[in-house]
Amino acid sequence: MKDALEQATSGGGKVSRDWGAIAPAVLVFALLALGPLAAEAYGGAYLTSLLMRMMLLAIAAISLDLLIGQGGMVSFGHAAFIGLGAYVAGIMITEGAADLAMILPMAIVASTVFAVVTGAISLRTSGVYFIMITLAFGQMLFFTASSLSAYGGDDGLTLWERSTVFGFDLLSSNVTLYYLILVTLIGAYALVGALVGSRFGRVLRAAKENPTRVEALGFSVFSYRLTAYVIAGVMAGVAGVLMANQAEFVSPSTLAWQRSGELIIMVVLGGMGLRNGALLGAVALVALEETLSSITHDWRLIFGPLLVLTVLYAKTGLAGVADAWVARLWRRA
Amino acid sequence: MTTSFSYGAAFKTLTIAGAALGLALGTVAAHAESIKVGMLVTLSGPPGALGGQSRDGFQLALEELGGKMGGQDVEFIVEDDELKPEVALSKANSLIERDSVDFVVGTIFSNMLAAVFKPVTQSETFLISPNAGPSTFAGKNCNPYFFVTSYQNNQNFETLGKYAEAAGIKKAFFLAPNYQAGRDQAEGFRKHFTGEVVEELYTPLGHKDFSAEIAQMAASDAEALFTFMPGGMGVRLVKQFRAAGLADRMKFYSAFTVDETTLPAQQDDAVGFFGATNWAPNLDTPQNKAFVAAFEAKYGYVPGGYAMQGYDTAMLINAAVEAVGGDLSDKDAVRAALKAADFTSLRGDFSFNNNHYPVQDFYLLQVAKRDDGKYQTEIVEKVFDDYADGFAESCPM
Amino acid sequence: MSTTLLLIQLLNGLQLGVLLFLIAAGLTLVFGVMGFINLAHGVQYMVGAYLAVAFYGVTEHFLAAMVLALLAALAIGLALEFLVFRRLYHRDHLDQVLATFGVILFLNQAAKTIFGPTPLILPTPEWLDGSFLLVEGLLYPWYRIAVIVAGLAVAALLYVLVRHTKVGMLVRAGAANPQMVSALGVDIERLFMIVFGFGAMLAGFAGVLAAPIFSVEPGMGDDLLIVAFVVIIIGGIGSIKGAFIAALLVGLVDTLGRTLATDAMKLFFDVSSANQIGPALASMLIYILMAAVLFFRPTGLFPAKGMA
Repeated sequence: MKDALEQATSGGGKVSRDWGAIAPAVLVFALLALGPLAAEAYGGAYLTSLLMRMMLLAIAAISLDLLIGQGGMVSFGHAAFIGLGAYVAGIMITEGAADLAMILPMAIVASTVFAVVTGAISLRTSGVYFIMITLAFGQMLFFTASSLSAYGGDDGLTLWERSTVFGFDLLSSNVTLYYLILVTLIGAYALVGALVGSRFGRVLRAAKENPTRVEALGFSVFSYRLTAYVIAGVMAGVAGVLMANQAEFVSPSTLAWQRSGELIIMVVLGGMGLRNGALLGAVALVALEETLSSITHDWRLIFGPLLVLTVLYAKTGLAGVADAWVARLWRRA
Repeated sequence: MTTSFSYGAAFKTLTIAGAALGLALGTVAAHAESIKVGMLVTLSGPPGALGGQSRDGFQLALEELGGKMGGQDVEFIVEDDELKPEVALSKANSLIERDSVDFVVGTIFSNMLAAVFKPVTQSETFLISPNAGPSTFAGKNCNPYFFVTSYQNNQNFETLGKYAEAAGIKKAFFLAPNYQAGRDQAEGFRKHFTGEVVEELYTPLGHKDFSAEIAQMAASDAEALFTFMPGGMGVRLVKQFRAAGLADRMKFYSAFTVDETTLPAQQDDAVGFFGATNWAPNLDTPQNKAFVAAFEAKYGYVPGGYAMQGYDTAMLINAAVEAVGGDLSDKDAVRAALKAADFTSLRGDFSFNNNHYPVQDFYLLQVAKRDDGKYQTEIVEKVFDDYADGFAESCPM
Repeated sequence: MSTTLLLIQLLNGLQLGVLLFLIAAGLTLVFGVMGFINLAHGVQYMVGAYLAVAFYGVTEHFLAAMVLALLAALAIGLALEFLVFRRLYHRDHLDQVLATFGVILFLNQAAKTIFGPTPLILPTPEWLDGSFLLVEGLLYPWYRIAVIVAGLAVAALLYVLVRHTKVGMLVRAGAANPQMVSALGVDIERLFMIVFGFGAMLAGFAGVLAAPIFSVEPGMGDDLLIVAFVVIIIGGIGSIKGAFIAALLVGLVDTLGRTLATDAMKLFFDVSSANQIGPALASMLIYILMAAVLFFRPTGLFPAKGMA
């Protein structure tokens, strides 16, 4: 059975477990760990909040790559899960149930339910039809959030306090929140890495290449895909809870289709299905936007062509380029 | 291949590098004695015209002050919130933390204000809104570090309601986009209007085709339309309303719909339509005349309320800096100086209420074509004298 | 809802439908024939509108401005195809998404930098500037009728082109089975260029037609692009017939929904809740429609054969 599966995967998805494969990510995590220290010297809360936003988007992008890179399911509604988590946190904090011990389970349940219902319907389709139906569900949630006038409607909801953790007011300090987000990011990276290397990941990849064959081997492609969809949704939902706490603000724009599009762009820019792709894509995109927009208000005149050039000349995405560099260093060493 | 080396070019490069270095050192050295003002407004996309006016108004005031406030050099940093909450938040953080500004002037839109309000006020930096004045921060959430130089958002529609009541209008048709500010306007309108609102319609934001709504207006027996359609929506509504021939049957009253940012596109279609706010370019005070003339000479377009409020904000800050003798370290003193509002506003009477929102006059305006072919709003009558918003009572300050 | 309102809404729905069709036609062909996802298609709509405004400023003549704008839109479309898009035909769909997204950012910003952020207008041509009395007390502009007629005429022309010309036959064959067409020794690159240029021009045409009714502003094509995608998905990718029917369907559902949804909600809720739920529901309707169509027909109403 396993051999048949490997055959069906027909290479390409092999996961290398050596250090070289995760070196770029380890480097990024190490640099991120120094973030609050660097902020002391330069930029202050501006830098930490920028890095936190970067890490949260990276978590969402990593979860999306589980769908796109491994499962071939291009979800154009992934931001809906971030928004769901963020709104669960926002509403519960406003209503006085501010503890993470209550909010997290609630957000996980909400994301799971939304993922199961929309996933079961969406997975009847594939390819571009899947893209559009996930967009449809995302839009429905977006318009629902916009009409929640008790919770700010389109204007969004300002959170006057952050979540507590088992009754302790840990997150009011940016530094604690920062490391909580970093740990979550590393956890997300490791979880997706483990899933990719597991039998689950192999079935998912095999089904991407050749679903009929995987069905013939006795796997239910639908249940594997739905499971992946739920896992990715929950991960993004958790990122949403943290995002609401970081920004102290929740608004419908968190789940607009433009945000879902940005997540796809992070995944593609970084390199679909590559171990470090989504992570590097998210980091690069946020950093690039921030740098360019601080130089000129017309920054999109530069940013747009840069994206085009990346597609044309860095065909394997940023992670592909990074892997090539690592490989070269390895040989030299 | 020949290599050539130009001493001239090398020297030039060195000079530029030196100058850049000097400039960098200069900024560091000057830091201690310069006033830093960060402006956070919307400059991208179609609503960018509003932020552009704010910036231009502020800049003009700064120029008239010789680039100094209270005798100190001013460093003026402009950031674009792109009308995205997360961008607004990040830019606000960058102004507070990286640039350590003394004042943040922003925002244009209420939802951007909601995103940046907490971090800016919490850092004990003064946040002065040149336009957005939501009810959220006017009542129990009013803040010692937050000032508004425009109005409380509902007030323009309260003005219309008051006017409609006085003019004896019995049946009104209300139209607004489906978002918080739109629903707030309906509430504002009803505050003084006791007649019947025969229909209350909400369209999606960015609505393109108003003909269905216009058909409903035509079918209704309303005497007048009361609408809030900012930006491009207002341009389309006015054109389509005019084309449907309704302008002959129904009066067109509005707020943020026919103003100097939309008139260049609406042109003749908007002439005769009504608006309501705290100012118009033809307000007859010497300061205002000078301002409008200088503004048009410098930027080539007619200033709207956004530009006026940008200008006034700069003058307000200048007055406060002067009053404390340039010492911005004593926050309580700065707050008291701001609250005193010891400057001549372009709109005449101006003072701050206990919630730091303005107390000022409100007018009914009408669109007119000037002799030079440009369009502007002009004052028809004063509706409110020294009018304060209704949320101030619940503000504990 | 009165009959008058219904009549007007039908006309409005039809008008939105034909504009959507003009955009969707190019999109569905480019996607169907070349397997190319072109997000920048909506920008072509904006480019058409801006070009018309610019040329009107020079010529002061609507038809002349329209012709010049169409030619320029075609030229810009072909230039983009030559510079960027043709390098992407054999790439992954998502690479196409990323690159064409870059093109959107660039052109939207360029429009803003060149023409400024304020909305612009294109005057209605004088010979269409009148209105007629639709019902007592309500005028309906001739121009809007002209938009509907022009849109339907283009649809008919397209039908003839696709059904009865050699290029049309190749296009249909290409949508159904691309490998087959290239195996037959057809110059596929030239075919792609023709289809692409034509699609860009159609979207530009929609922009020119829409300019006198709507305001011309940066990013005006972005939301329409998403709706155009909804149209081609409902219609079935690669099918002109499907795009036409779906465009009218989406146009009507969206327009009628706006008036009906709030009224319908008033039957179940009090007025203020209905005013909140109604418009939100109205905005969702086309997405609910798409999800429902895909639920029952996972490849749209009229899928061109051979498409996944």
